[in-house]
Amino acid sequence: MALPSYATRGERIWYYTFRVICGLIFFFLIAPIIIMVPLSFNAQPYFTFSREMLTFNPDGYSLRWYEDLFTSQSWLRSIQNSFIIGIASTLLATTLGTLAALGLSRPHMPYRGLIMGILISPMIVPLIISAAGMFFFFSSVGLAQTFPGVILAHTALGTPFVVITVTATLVGFDHSLTRAASNLGASPTYAFFKITMPLILPGVISGALFAFITSFDEIVIVLFVAGVEQRTIPREMWSGIREQISPTILAVATILVALSIALLTTIELLRRRSERIRGMTAQ
Amino acid sequence: MAQADAGTEDLTRDASGQMVTADGVPLKQSLKRAERRRKLVAFGLVTPLLLFLLVVFIFPIGQMMWRSVDNPQVVNALPLTLEALEDWDGQGLPDEEVYAALASDFRTDMERARRDQFSGPLGVRLNYELSGARGAVARTVRNVPDFEAPYKEAFLDSHRLWGDVALWKVIEREGRPLTTAYYVAAMDREFDADGNIVMRDENRQIYINLYMRTLALSVAITVLTILLGFPIAYYMSILPMRYSNLLMIFVLLPFWTSLLVRTTAWIVLLQQQGVINESLVALGIIGDDGRFSLMYNMWGTIIAMTHILLPFMVLPLYSVMRTIPPSYVRAAKSLGATPFTAFRKVYLPQTLPGIGAGAVLVFIISIGYYITPALVGGQSGRMISNEIARHMQQSLNWGLAAALGTILLIGVLVLYWVYNRLVGAQNLKLG
Repeated sequence: MALPSYATRGERIWYYTFRVICGLIFFFLIAPIIIMVPLSFNAQPYFTFSREMLTFNPDGYSLRWYEDLFTSQSWLRSIQNSFIIGIASTLLATTLGTLAALGLSRPHMPYRGLIMGILISPMIVPLIISAAGMFFFFSSVGLAQTFPGVILAHTALGTPFVVITVTATLVGFDHSLTRAASNLGASPTYAFFKITMPLILPGVISGALFAFITSFDEIVIVLFVAGVEQRTIPREMWSGIREQISPTILAVATILVALSIALLTTIELLRRRSERIRGMTAQ
Repeated sequence: MAQADAGTEDLTRDASGQMVTADGVPLKQSLKRAERRRKLVAFGLVTPLLLFLLVVFIFPIGQMMWRSVDNPQVVNALPLTLEALEDWDGQGLPDEEVYAALASDFRTDMERARRDQFSGPLGVRLNYELSGARGAVARTVRNVPDFEAPYKEAFLDSHRLWGDVALWKVIEREGRPLTTAYYVAAMDREFDADGNIVMRDENRQIYINLYMRTLALSVAITVLTILLGFPIAYYMSILPMRYSNLLMIFVLLPFWTSLLVRTTAWIVLLQQQGVINESLVALGIIGDDGRFSLMYNMWGTIIAMTHILLPFMVLPLYSVMRTIPPSYVRAAKSLGATPFTAFRKVYLPQTLPGIGAGAVLVFIISIGYYITPALVGGQSGRMISNEIARHMQQSLNWGLAAALGTILLIGVLVLYWVYNRLVGAQNLKLG
């Protein structure tokens, strides 16, 4: 929306003021994340820019915190744990969530509203309450401080995202396609894998990504349910911040930011693909 | 109907004139059966997840809520004493008979294996209501094998609290399987000598203030996200898609970045030796001793949480604003409205669904927030979740933690219901 040539002086001033305000807000959003990247290469164990860094003196920069990260036993184990827990809970959540979304999207589903409410609830209930409940329950059935316990807990947290994204993909789903497949002799299973699955795949994958990032980023449940053996990256960062704050955390943070950029790109590509496949105009 | 009959060859009629399918089953029945089968299939697809969540999520939360009223300690430990106490008039100390029952209750308990003894939990439970009671129980249980009649004197010698009517009132009041005591405590109230519920002393009132602060901080954060989110959502909505998608990265990148990473970022920026204070000192704007305390107080919580929750406001606002036709505001202006009137009377009302959806979402999330306040909030930036965690992990008063949590959960569920009425949960947009 460019400024028309007949704009008054007041309009001009407002036009530029508004853009400056927006610029500042965007800056507020992105600056804290960006500022950690150079600081993670700090040669000094401080959280501020040293004089050498500001003058771009190579001595001010170093990879020591990355070296620290990749040689530290506890950090390496937490990375491994995060992936084990994240992948296992994503697989479970995606399977359960996709099945449920398929059921919910059928026109004959009874009590849809109530069931949807229950399926979404892990997203709504404050984490501290979920964590407290699971802490007591898992302790009483011997799942506390075990991998299966943390994985099951994270699965529960991840399923609402899968249900929501897959249900959204199924909204525009043309059911005559599966009917046509059945008409041509396909068994329901065959029709599902050959017709339905490819069409809802973008939704399933983005739901899976949401479930993965939920587990990967989750800390409250881990604080309550996991033991020392199940420490994940966020748990390690938590004790890093509380106990011995060192720029190693910034190195981890930088890597995680890179990871989230990769995820963001993947999701955006999937969304476009989904719109293209379903014949919706990509705006 | 008649026309349909005439045109359909494969539908036939049975003897009574009912329509039947090819295999002779009445059409109505066949249709019903097919419908039922479809329902079963749909339900069967949902069942695994539903069962999973009921077992792993809903049941544990119900179990936790049950803890807020569950009160087995006194009933388990002192069955005979409670029976004897039934005749007590509540005035003055109970009779010898009650003390004898107490002695035999304690003796029975001492005979149990160490880990099955009820006296430990009993002491802890009574101590919540009357400080010192734990010591009284612990010391007396050790001495009770040597007690001889008259028991009343033996108990009074063992610990002075056994001669305190208040302790007996607590035992009588809490000698029931269910209790409201945790909720009474969670509302900063207590029982007075006559068993009435009264406010606690001014300096022992914690939780109501904490709930109020949680609400106030959540409102402040919600208002801030509206103030910051509205301009940029509007700006993105008037730009061509190409540019607004580009700007969207500024919103989505924080959204996708780990919560702890963002909290760490604010620690880096806000601390006394952090980037903001160092820059201000280096620029000479403030002196070295004039550094701002931006963290470990309320401001830390507000700044960091506003940043963390801003995307949750921008995304629904933007999707609503995209659908508002610009011609309405143009029409208002051409009819003589000033830009401000056109904005207030024409544009703003159309964005209300977006503001409402975003505001409820941000409010729901912030009211139960735990991590960020715990890391950057300090004392004055603590919220109710932090207190629940403290009771869970440090003071181990699980009943009180459950009561505080149940109150919080009910508040959130009411808000969620409002949100559902406003936008519908299934319209929730992710990214």
